[in-house]
Amino acid sequence: MNLNATLVAQIVVFFILAWFTMKFVWPPIMKALDERATKIADGLAAAERGKQSLDLASKRSAETLREGKEKVAEVLAQAEKRALHIIEAATVQARLEADKVVAGAKAEIEQEAARVRESLRERVAELAVAGAEKILRREVDAKVHADMLASIKQDL
Amino acid sequence: MVTGHEAAANAPNAGEYVVHHLTQLNTTGHVQSSIVDFGIINLDTVFFSLLMGVLGLFLMMRVVREVTSGVPGRGQAALEVLIEMVANQAKSIVHSEQSRKFVAPLALTVFVWVFLMNSMDFLPVDLLPWMWQTLTGNPHAYLRVVPTADLNGTLGMSVSVLLLCFWYNIKIKGLGGWVHELFTAPFGNHPLLYIPNFLMQMIEFLAKTVSHGMRLFGNMYAGELLFMLIALMGAAYGGSAGLTGPLLWIGHVIAGTGWALFHIFIVVLQAFIFMMLTLVYIGQAHEGH
Repeated sequence: MNLNATLVAQIVVFFILAWFTMKFVWPPIMKALDERATKIADGLAAAERGKQSLDLASKRSAETLREGKEKVAEVLAQAEKRALHIIEAATVQARLEADKVVAGAKAEIEQEAARVRESLRERVAELAVAGAEKILRREVDAKVHADMLASIKQDL
Repeated sequence: MVTGHEAAANAPNAGEYVVHHLTQLNTTGHVQSSIVDFGIINLDTVFFSLLMGVLGLFLMMRVVREVTSGVPGRGQAALEVLIEMVANQAKSIVHSEQSRKFVAPLALTVFVWVFLMNSMDFLPVDLLPWMWQTLTGNPHAYLRVVPTADLNGTLGMSVSVLLLCFWYNIKIKGLGGWVHELFTAPFGNHPLLYIPNFLMQMIEFLAKTVSHGMRLFGNMYAGELLFMLIALMGAAYGGSAGLTGPLLWIGHVIAGTGWALFHIFIVVLQAFIFMMLTLVYIGQAHEGH
């Protein structure tokens, strides 16, 4: 319990140790702590940003999906309309074609009928002439009475 | 019976044992006779306080060398917890960023250093003295291993804190401002009060410094003394007859364990108190009365 120069030695040691800690121990640890705090703050901010961009992206994707659905519906409607149109056009075309074919056939039939009628007429005239010839063998000369025969043919 | 008498004559009695243990190894080689003698240095206190200081710095430097701002290792995490604790205490007590650059590391040093010096008490009370006596071949060689159980050690630190208080008083208030404060506070600015003010200030500084050093010294000295008494109880085992011997031995184990466990708490608490008072006194130097 006596005092001596140890006290002075202790004072010197005290200041040397404190100086050493101030110079070499404290600053690196404090720097690391501050840097880590900055890193954590940055990380939190980045996470926040990520969350925001995720929200944005999901909103955008929903928008795109909706647009796509709308477009699909539109295209479908258009295609249906187009199909109806095509069917209608084809129907009309077919009817026209049918009419044309029917008309062609009718004309042909009529033509044939006319031709048959003509040939019949000629045959009838010939038969009439032949009959008359037989009846009027002497009196009637085909050449002389050609005009008359022609008018009879016309009347048939 | 004869051998027992001889052993009793050679072995120190309880009083001699304690006194021997409480005698410093100083430069004279024998007990210091006067209360104050600045021609003498306690070699054991200087050696062990230096050893503990260097050990503390070495342990901290080992962490610092591999310090990272990424994921810290266990050592770094432990040191960071300690440093954060000290930094927060310093921030709440010393309201000057500039001063804290020195005061906060100082508080850390004080805490670690005092803790390690106090921890010397955990070593068996006879271990290092016995090793020293064997090493020197002198069975009566003195050695005290707890630097904070030496008044020189603790007063040395508290005087260092006092010097720092003077330094910060002058730095913050200016020499004139501080002298003005010495004569006008705490009672007021009146010519009649100059002398009482100054006396009061001197008493304050003295009381702070002495109590600062004596508190730690007293705790560690008493702790050391109690360990010696417990060791004496165990040592009495050999010379006792009947049941007394084994009971003394059991008493040694129980008391030794209990006091060692309690002492762990005292060691940390006293280191913490010493650090806090260091901060408080330096903080007071920053504030006007």
